[in-house]
Amino acid sequence: MNALKNPRLLGTFAVVVLIGAAPAVFAGENYAMRVITVGMCAAIAVYGLNIILGFTGQLSLAQGGFFGIGAYGVGLLTTDYDWSFWSAFFVSVIGTAVIGYLCGLIALRTKDEYFAIFTMAIGFIIFLVISRWEAVTHAHSGVNNVKFPEGAGIVDFSSPIAMFYLVFLVLLICIYITHAIRRSSVGRTLLTIRTSEDLADAIGVRVGFSKQLAFAASAVFGGIGGGLYATVVGFIGPDAASIDKTFEFLMFILVGGMGTVAGPLLGSMIVTFLFELFQDFQAYRFIVLGPIIVALVIFAPRGIIGYLGEFIDRRNRRRRLAGMRRSPKETGPDGRSAAPTAETMTESGAGTTSEETK
Amino acid sequence: MTLFIQQLFNGLALGGVYCLAAIGLTLVFGVLRIPNLAHGALYMLGAYITYFFLTTLGVPYIAAIGIAALLLFVVGVGLERLVFHPLRNSPHTHHMIAAVGAMFFFQALAQAIWGADFRRMKTPITGGLDILGAEISAQRIVIIVTAVIVLALLAWFIKRSIHGQTIEAIEQDRIGASLVGISPSMVSMLTLGLSALLATVAAGLVAPINLLSPTMGDALNLKVFAIIILGGLGSLPGAIVGGFALALAETMTATYISSAVGEAVAFIVLVAVLAIKPTGLFTKAVQR
Amino acid sequence: MTLLEVRGLGKRFGGLDAVKSVDLDVDEGRITAVIGPNGAGKSTLFNLIHGFYHPTAGTVTFRGDDITHSSPHRTVAGGIARTFQTTNLFEDSTVLENVLAGRIVRSKSTIFDAVFHTPRHRRESRVNEDKAMEALEYCGIAEHRHDLASNVPQEVQKRTAVAMALATEPELLLLDEPAGGIPEEETADFGDLIRSLPGQGVSVLLVEHKMTMIMGLADTILVLDHGQKLALGTPAEIQSNPDVIRAYLGSSTDEEN
Repeated sequence: MNALKNPRLLGTFAVVVLIGAAPAVFAGENYAMRVITVGMCAAIAVYGLNIILGFTGQLSLAQGGFFGIGAYGVGLLTTDYDWSFWSAFFVSVIGTAVIGYLCGLIALRTKDEYFAIFTMAIGFIIFLVISRWEAVTHAHSGVNNVKFPEGAGIVDFSSPIAMFYLVFLVLLICIYITHAIRRSSVGRTLLTIRTSEDLADAIGVRVGFSKQLAFAASAVFGGIGGGLYATVVGFIGPDAASIDKTFEFLMFILVGGMGTVAGPLLGSMIVTFLFELFQDFQAYRFIVLGPIIVALVIFAPRGIIGYLGEFIDRRNRRRRLAGMRRSPKETGPDGRSAAPTAETMTESGAGTTSEETK
Repeated sequence: MTLFIQQLFNGLALGGVYCLAAIGLTLVFGVLRIPNLAHGALYMLGAYITYFFLTTLGVPYIAAIGIAALLLFVVGVGLERLVFHPLRNSPHTHHMIAAVGAMFFFQALAQAIWGADFRRMKTPITGGLDILGAEISAQRIVIIVTAVIVLALLAWFIKRSIHGQTIEAIEQDRIGASLVGISPSMVSMLTLGLSALLATVAAGLVAPINLLSPTMGDALNLKVFAIIILGGLGSLPGAIVGGFALALAETMTATYISSAVGEAVAFIVLVAVLAIKPTGLFTKAVQR
Repeated sequence: MTLLEVRGLGKRFGGLDAVKSVDLDVDEGRITAVIGPNGAGKSTLFNLIHGFYHPTAGTVTFRGDDITHSSPHRTVAGGIARTFQTTNLFEDSTVLENVLAGRIVRSKSTIFDAVFHTPRHRRESRVNEDKAMEALEYCGIAEHRHDLASNVPQEVQKRTAVAMALATEPELLLLDEPAGGIPEEETADFGDLIRSLPGQGVSVLLVEHKMTMIMGLADTILVLDHGQKLALGTPAEIQSNPDVIRAYLGSSTDEEN
């Protein structure tokens, strides 16, 4: 199909295949497998952040909180209440969906800075509840021995490779959903809100409602990522819900590229790897990472995939223009096509086409 | 009754701290049109630097706060130059992400220098006053008096000095102000510096009562944002009224209901305001 | 037949009447224009009809349904589209994507349809593409469809805004200064586009400053002054109305550019 001709899809496939093959490389190295699997759990939450920040253009600072709800839901239900992993996981995800939806009732009335401040408050409150409500969450002692998923006698999820593929499968579904959203009218709806809420309103987009749904969806992804994280690491503490998590997710999405399909995955993997390098400075890593995130936002806000996508778009447009120049009637000598910069490209493009109109 | 008076003064002292912290944040919003999510981190840094001068170097209390405030003024200016100025034409999400980055940087820095453990700053002002049978610590009186003096100075600065007037002019009309030849860039720097300075005064005053930790700014962040959303982003009177209102509500609910509810008051206020009137109660100063 | 019926419409902003007791009928298949000096309340009137502002007095009825307090989303879904005075496009997107955005309000497929690639989703995507292309061709900008909206000339942007509004399949189109910022020599072409709309089943209500354009285009003209009706009639009647000449036409020369 023409999917193979689309460089964007091809790129996503490449990244996915590369990561899917990781167990072949790291077989036996349980630590490395675990790091990658944890990175994928985070990537799932980052796909949630991508829906609200990347597509809808609203900064949510509650993503770490939703991740924590998913993690604590699974953690507490499988230990203190002795539920099976799957039922705990299911209930936790539904729980984050409900909380996300309810928070969305207020979030839909806010925009831009108000939205960010509101979600910051939500994230902080979730963290406070988890880190202080000792009777239920054990506060700083955390939750130990979170159950592995039950494999129904077919799969043994205590094996790092089985766990890897479970998370990988869920991640694939999240990527597919992101892709489906992006190319559908749902994605178009969110993008109109990102660009201009007033204009979106004027063309009949249900701005508030769409924002609420996007926020709820981002919360669900956060919950799924958190739930899997709990079972992968087996032990969770309040830092699973802290704003530090939100910060990490922001870093992942910025490096990979906001509003792209492959960006969250690529960013999560690269930055997870960098975190491992800084392992020894765990507590101080933000001294380096803080300025890096500032520099990224200032100098490279589109992220790796964003810039690749821009490059592809530009090349496509150039090709189309070249095609147009050749086909209808001969135009002037093609001296420009040597190595046009972005600006001259598009300007000359507009010029040529409007000449042809007349 | 004694308890009530005691708590009233506690609330007023806390209100003074909140006002000082919130007023800078609201000024920054009014002038730069950005919510500075790193504001709590500046407050935290201000507390630690005050602590450093007071406890480590043995500088007198007032001087320690003064030096720290001046240093933080420089940090604020640097933050504007290095982070917000380059992003002035970017989408609004970008400054906020950058501010979060700056916040984590400051926290990690404080943790690297002073460690993650709580620290206590010896209160240099001891004793107390007996007011209507309630024993009010001198530190709280100092906070209330200083807050009033600083707020009065600030009001004088904004109304009388040329820099203050430009801040007000830009807050009211950014384009109009740049047309009359005021450099918005200069005023942005000044405003962020001033907001960091005020936050440091607040932090230095309250530090002897509370404990210091690198994450002490997180809770304050939530509170000051609740205050300025209550008062209307960019509104100075709103920040003052909101600051005292929140502090009193917090102290009273903590005393008469429970301390957990007291902590949640800021959050409840924030959610309630956003649910009822998302643009705040005193929205005159905000034009979107 | 009367399509849009405005009765006693008013809006107060902090004690000032931006629009006060305005009556207006927009007939089906006609072009109705609103003119008036700057600050006369023309854009406010549009915002009131469209649901951006909620009126403090009066009613708006569209095809017999009371839409006085409906949200923009419902108004558009009900068949009233609009363009803005300052061209308002999704600048990072292509012209085609902009026009496709106009299809959102007619799309029924949900995220589930998109994920599971249901027949409804496929059918709807096809219809959306077709309708968007139709609107692009109708507005004469099909060859610009892959250009970024921020890179095409002003006139094409204006036409894109119209195409985006047409993609919502409106019965009534509100145009707020559609020819503003277009070079004089291209206004005539643009006027032809607007004139052809009623033939396509789209009635028009427009605000415009270019008097020559209005006089040759509109069937009925409403003149607003200080938010109130000054006159209502055919172009010929308006041109000879002494009140209008005094209040507006006399000073229009310096406002036209």
